[in-house]
Amino acid sequence: MSILVDERTTLVVQGITGNEGTFHTLRNRAYGTNVVAGVTPGKGGQDVEGIPVFDTVARAVAETGADTSMIFVPPRFAAEAILEAADAGVGLVVCITEGIPVRDMANVRSYLEASKTRLVGPNCPGVISPGAVNVGIIPGEICASGAVGLVSRSGTLVYQIVHELTQRGIGQSTCVGMGGDPIHGIGFVEALKLFQADAETELIVLTGEIGGDDEERAAAFVAEEVTKPVVGYIAGFEAPPGKRMGHAGAIVTGSSGTAAAKAEALEAVGAAVARNPTEVADLVAERLG
Amino acid sequence: MDLYEHMGKDLFRAHGMETPRGIVAFSSADAASATAELGGRSVVKIQVQVGGRGKGGGVELCDTPEAAAAAAERMLGSDFKGFPVTRLLVEELLPIAREFYTSLLLDRARGDYLAMMTAEGGVDIEELARTRPEALRRVHIDPMLGLRAYHVRELIGTLPVEAWEGAGDALRKMYEVLVERDATLVEVNPLVLLEDDRVVALDAKVTIDDNALWRHPDIAGLSEQFPIGEVEARAKEKGLQYVKLDGEVGIIGNGAGLVMSTLDVVAQAGARAANFLDVGGGASADQMATSLEVVLSDPAVKVVLVNIFGGITRCDLVAQGILEALERIEARVPIVVRLDGTNAEDGRRILADAAHPRIVPAADMLEAAEEAADLAEANR
Repeated sequence: MSILVDERTTLVVQGITGNEGTFHTLRNRAYGTNVVAGVTPGKGGQDVEGIPVFDTVARAVAETGADTSMIFVPPRFAAEAILEAADAGVGLVVCITEGIPVRDMANVRSYLEASKTRLVGPNCPGVISPGAVNVGIIPGEICASGAVGLVSRSGTLVYQIVHELTQRGIGQSTCVGMGGDPIHGIGFVEALKLFQADAETELIVLTGEIGGDDEERAAAFVAEEVTKPVVGYIAGFEAPPGKRMGHAGAIVTGSSGTAAAKAEALEAVGAAVARNPTEVADLVAERLG
Repeated sequence: MDLYEHMGKDLFRAHGMETPRGIVAFSSADAASATAELGGRSVVKIQVQVGGRGKGGGVELCDTPEAAAAAAERMLGSDFKGFPVTRLLVEELLPIAREFYTSLLLDRARGDYLAMMTAEGGVDIEELARTRPEALRRVHIDPMLGLRAYHVRELIGTLPVEAWEGAGDALRKMYEVLVERDATLVEVNPLVLLEDDRVVALDAKVTIDDNALWRHPDIAGLSEQFPIGEVEARAKEKGLQYVKLDGEVGIIGNGAGLVMSTLDVVAQAGARAANFLDVGGGASADQMATSLEVVLSDPAVKVVLVNIFGGITRCDLVAQGILEALERIEARVPIVVRLDGTNAEDGRRILADAAHPRIVPAADMLEAAEEAADLAEANR
């Protein structure tokens, strides 16, 4: 098993005809993902290497039964794309796009609360269940199938940590890049809940960074609901207050959102917290025995 | 983007909110003439992108134009919490009856807006929320629903009745600014009730979402008015994600998380990062050259650490990019390079074959940090 995506996932790609959209769609398909449709307004009836393109998500879903969407639409139109997918009844939306205005995301979040659609991202690398399916831009080659569930705000830290794990022969059940934006879909708490319930996952790695209180809320959830071992890593100890560190959400505001506070919160509930990505793999190896 | 107070007040006025009459001053002569124009007395306030001016000596009441000139003389060219003071706001003095606090902001944890108001002005709001939460009215606003009349009634509840109309009006206009200008914070501390029952925004703290600036070219244009350092200006011109820090190890990496992590491991190795720089995905030769150029132009940099994890980015191309960059620019300090991930072996071989005297290859991230820290120490 795995979480969010598996062999049965049927994928529609919004923005499939753009450079990045086409590139990653074909990579995902080569990995084994069942890509059934693409959407680009005005290009309905065309195809991308045999993948049929539709004008709307509703049309794509009606014709192909796609249950998951991946979004490569430019930031000005991406919030609209998420709403369109949710409105078409897609169960999981993975939004890769970076740079969506936060007000647009606030509206999306409000709408999604009343819908059955789950969102991963935006500004994220996507989700991979190694050996089965890849929805996003995480390089499949560095992953291996196994028992570690990983959830991260940063994309490149997913790569770095997965790489360290795989090199030691430790595989992953699912890796989730939840994204670096202040308002996002699935967060640590929801990922922890899914990993806790997933039979294949034996240990959970949680990679956080400065800004917001996702990690603190994750710590509270670990204390209440998580019985599987948790290894944490937080980036940004050296980040000065008030400066945005690349990600829209990565900013220490006053005294809140610091890396130190987040690491302490996780340690206080019994999670092992690594000082660097290499140590994450050390701690995981120790705990898996 | 954090706006100066006077910029925030321009937005307020554009949305019909009342603010004191004010004039921006760039010199002590400006401050004196502004004070004379405002009736001979004024309040002079430094304009910086950071709070705490009142307690930090950044605000002064002046009874004469000469006093305003003296205050301006003292303030201009000084440094406030690391921000250079290059301009002041000179405002009229108003007959204040009461001071309140109010703010509207994006609540990132809930993904909605939070509005707060209290009858206690000029307070530290985090402190008040902790010690006497009952004095602070808080309302969450669903962005799809917007600010409703019942929200306003709840928020103004601790204010004196004579302020209700004016404060309610101010809240509605602040909400307009929040939504129509893509702000993530609109704070007024204090919002004041005048003796004639008018309600006026005495301060303005407005933060605009950088991702939405394309919708507001007028606001985006304001960013040119904020003083930034030479290296930062160069990075901005090249469209790089760059933040100046105060150490000596120049950092270039791909992906915000990995770069933050690199700053941390460099600190663990005993050195400090001179900057944050994310070259982004698919780092090309050109991007690498530009990044190296920017980082090397910082005189504080004693060694550069390039930390690339190739996902989509191919390490062989990164290696070529580094070599091409070194043909275009002179490397005055050693460059420690760690390449891992996609085509890392090819990339390492390309660097090894080139045997550039300034390039120091490292096998992994921790070794790279140690190496960079040692070289920084040696070059100090």
